[in-house]
Amino acid sequence: MKVLVAVKRVVDYNVKVRVKADNSGVDLANVKMSMNPFCEIAVEEAVRLKEKGVASEIVVVTIGPNTAQEQLRTALALGADRAILVESNDELNSLAVAKLLKAVVDKEQPQLVILGKQAIDSDNNQTGQMLGALTGYGQGTFASKVEVAGDKVNVTREIDGGLQTVALNLPAIVTTDLRLNEPRYASLPNIMKAKKKPLDVVTPDALGVSTTSTVKTLKVEAPAARSAGIKVKSVAELVEKLKNEAKVI
Amino acid sequence: MTILVIAEHTNAALAAATLNTVAAAAKIGGDIHVLVAGAGCAAAAEAAAKIAGVAKVLVADNAAYAHQLPENVAPLVADLGKGYSHILAAATSNGKNVLPRVAAQLDVDQISEIIAVESADTFKRPIYAGNAIATVQSSAAVKVITVRSTGFDPVAAEGGSAAVEAVSGSADAGKSAFVGEELAKSDRPELTAAKIVVSGGRGMQNGDNFKHLYALADKLGAAVGASRAAVDAGFVPNDMQVGQTGKIVAPQLYIAVGISGAIQHLAGMKDSKVIVAINKDEEAPIFQVADYGLVADLFEAVPELEKLV
Repeated sequence: MKVLVAVKRVVDYNVKVRVKADNSGVDLANVKMSMNPFCEIAVEEAVRLKEKGVASEIVVVTIGPNTAQEQLRTALALGADRAILVESNDELNSLAVAKLLKAVVDKEQPQLVILGKQAIDSDNNQTGQMLGALTGYGQGTFASKVEVAGDKVNVTREIDGGLQTVALNLPAIVTTDLRLNEPRYASLPNIMKAKKKPLDVVTPDALGVSTTSTVKTLKVEAPAARSAGIKVKSVAELVEKLKNEAKVI
Repeated sequence: MTILVIAEHTNAALAAATLNTVAAAAKIGGDIHVLVAGAGCAAAAEAAAKIAGVAKVLVADNAAYAHQLPENVAPLVADLGKGYSHILAAATSNGKNVLPRVAAQLDVDQISEIIAVESADTFKRPIYAGNAIATVQSSAAVKVITVRSTGFDPVAAEGGSAAVEAVSGSADAGKSAFVGEELAKSDRPELTAAKIVVSGGRGMQNGDNFKHLYALADKLGAAVGASRAAVDAGFVPNDMQVGQTGKIVAPQLYIAVGISGAIQHLAGMKDSKVIVAINKDEEAPIFQVADYGLVADLFEAVPELEKLV
């Protein structure tokens, strides 16, 4: 079966971001960009399904600026077969992204769509679920285990109190949680080979999707800073401070 | 303006996060209706009717809603929600699972994890693991929003007397089925609602050593949490994880033991009132946010702390 994986180019998770002085957003000039960590897990899961003989083809898609081709090449080096870039320089909300992905799903007809559970920049956790509503497919969000069995996929999900397993009819949508797998690294020969794999570029207009949004960002501020704390010398002093100064125990 | 709040519940009981969500709805202003969708959920509906400030409780009691499968619940909420100005749900694993599906069905954007209400259409939410706070404005006809519980003080669970009304919705969509669940059992307070949280990280070295934290937590009446490193190493189950991708807590006192303080962990606890860090590495980033830091070997400090409190 065909598997479609959506990936996003985001600021690297180790970067401590800074808010711009004019409060228009976060300063992303000259900071390291990477594939969103949850998307890496999604690519890895698709590659493992292929290695098990479950998946026959892996198509990786991203929506973003031309530079997002780097992340698509990374996915190709990890084992995806071909890539699609929906090129847009606007900052798109999840609903617009879900609509663009729906157009790609209609064209590609995958049996399984794998996304990360959230992007670490916008922290929205929406796109997979929205794609579920638009396609009408079942959704297995926050997956820590995925097993394809016949025309169904069993997804074990991380929920607040523990784990829950659901069975979804295929085609279906899965969003990955951290513990689904440990993503591999791309080897140098595979990085070289990935340069020759097909990468199509399309525009939102060509897909017939409008990307207007009902939500706009008015300003972005730095969070309130915590006042500097003190270092105590002993456990006894710590207990004394907690009891008498902070009065929390 | 009428606001629909989706109740978080276990059929038999209402979850505390519902009270924080109603508090956010009260800040927006207008009539508040609560939807309890489940199977055999009369008890949860009764509890919802008692919440202070709730005008009406809608009950959708149907076997299809038993496990809150989004394929079944989202069409119900989207149908009912058309007549409302706002649809709110707690940013729990359930709320996050169902609500974006509702938003897409209504063809509107969703605003995730708000921490403050500026006005009926303007909200604040953290982005980049809490390293920036965005103020966002929605022009959608129906504003679909998830609420971060720690951003709002809960309303009183008693004192209201809302009318309870049964609603019927679409049945099983036939796309998904509940297979089973494994819930972690714990006698300690729930992590997201506890007044004191004691968390362990990689420095605990193994799962067995968490007994020191459990002993301290029991003495303090605290919940026990963990960093991602401790969960990934298999010391404790994943529902104990505090951070950007785990639970968000804001207790009165947060005691971080053997936790370095990575950005992703801080995202889950830096709104705690008082933060204590116990770590033997005095350069650990956790000390930059800790109100009280103790540079010490946790295996000596924690048992001593347990004796002294």
